[in-house]
Amino acid sequence: MPHDHHDHDHFHHDGMSPSGHPYRADNDTPLTYWQTMEIAVREILIEKGITTPEEIARQIDEMDARSPANGAAVVARAWVDPAFKTRLLDDASAASAEMGFDIGGLRLIAVENTDEVHNMIVCTLCSCYPRNLLGLPPDWYKTRAYRSRAVKEPRKVLEEFGVTIPDQVKIRVHDSTADMRYIVLPARPAGTGSMGEAELARLVTRDSMIGTGLPKTP
Amino acid sequence: MSDTPKDFDGRRWHDMGGQPAGPVKPAEHDFALWEKRVDALQVLMSSKGYFTVDGLRRALEDMGEDAYEKYSYYERWIAAVNQNLIEAGLYTLEELGAKMGEVKTRGGTYGDASA
Repeated sequence: MPHDHHDHDHFHHDGMSPSGHPYRADNDTPLTYWQTMEIAVREILIEKGITTPEEIARQIDEMDARSPANGAAVVARAWVDPAFKTRLLDDASAASAEMGFDIGGLRLIAVENTDEVHNMIVCTLCSCYPRNLLGLPPDWYKTRAYRSRAVKEPRKVLEEFGVTIPDQVKIRVHDSTADMRYIVLPARPAGTGSMGEAELARLVTRDSMIGTGLPKTP
Repeated sequence: MSDTPKDFDGRRWHDMGGQPAGPVKPAEHDFALWEKRVDALQVLMSSKGYFTVDGLRRALEDMGEDAYEKYSYYERWIAAVNQNLIEAGLYTLEELGAKMGEVKTRGGTYGDASA
């Protein structure tokens, strides 16, 4: 998986932010029109008492704290706890909330990879993503190429991600909406029988929960 | 509508599922502070009930295909958030224009202007 940068524990390493993306140059480039608009909108809302700087900072902190590690913890729990897995497949929002991950008003659906079916998720219309469990979506998830092709030639798209799915395995692509998001429950890798939950969670990559990757093997 | 092109299938530009497109380039980046603030404003203002995700999408889709190619994700988002907030009556275009003019006088970088 040449594209997959998450080959280290806990989804961070040198040059990567806690959300697992490389840092982007920030505040010292020339001010743009849209940045000017953001500052203006934010300050007007604050001046009118509609929000506060603290509330905005808290919201950013909450979003920053969401990373694929949250989703990985849910997946690992499902791998070791059959009753939890049943609850997850039945109602992923409630099962995630059980582990302390707030899904908000969204309906979250977990789809399970098996020997017969490989699932992948997309949002063809925009960029809907299980952000409460995985953080903000990667750039490629929002591109025309992924949105257009995932539903038409998923096998080919997966090959571009370095994932080859055997012909006899059916590929099921789930198109997300604003109110209904999907997360893939990847299959537990072989040879992990003796591993505990925390150790298993480290095998679960972000892309394995989007369906464009597979979990790492021990 | 006699001059509707023969290949027009009734879709709008954003409905791109199944359309031909090039290879998926595995681009990744973290988000700049101003982008995180746009995201936070979207979440906060919609959770306060000033607009819905559908309202955000409607504004994004109405910008058209050209904007999708030309502007970045959060550039389009701040435009859509702003439009929804003006429609919700929280402030006027005049107030926005005056504030943007004032912000620009503070300095040449985001860091200076948002201080």
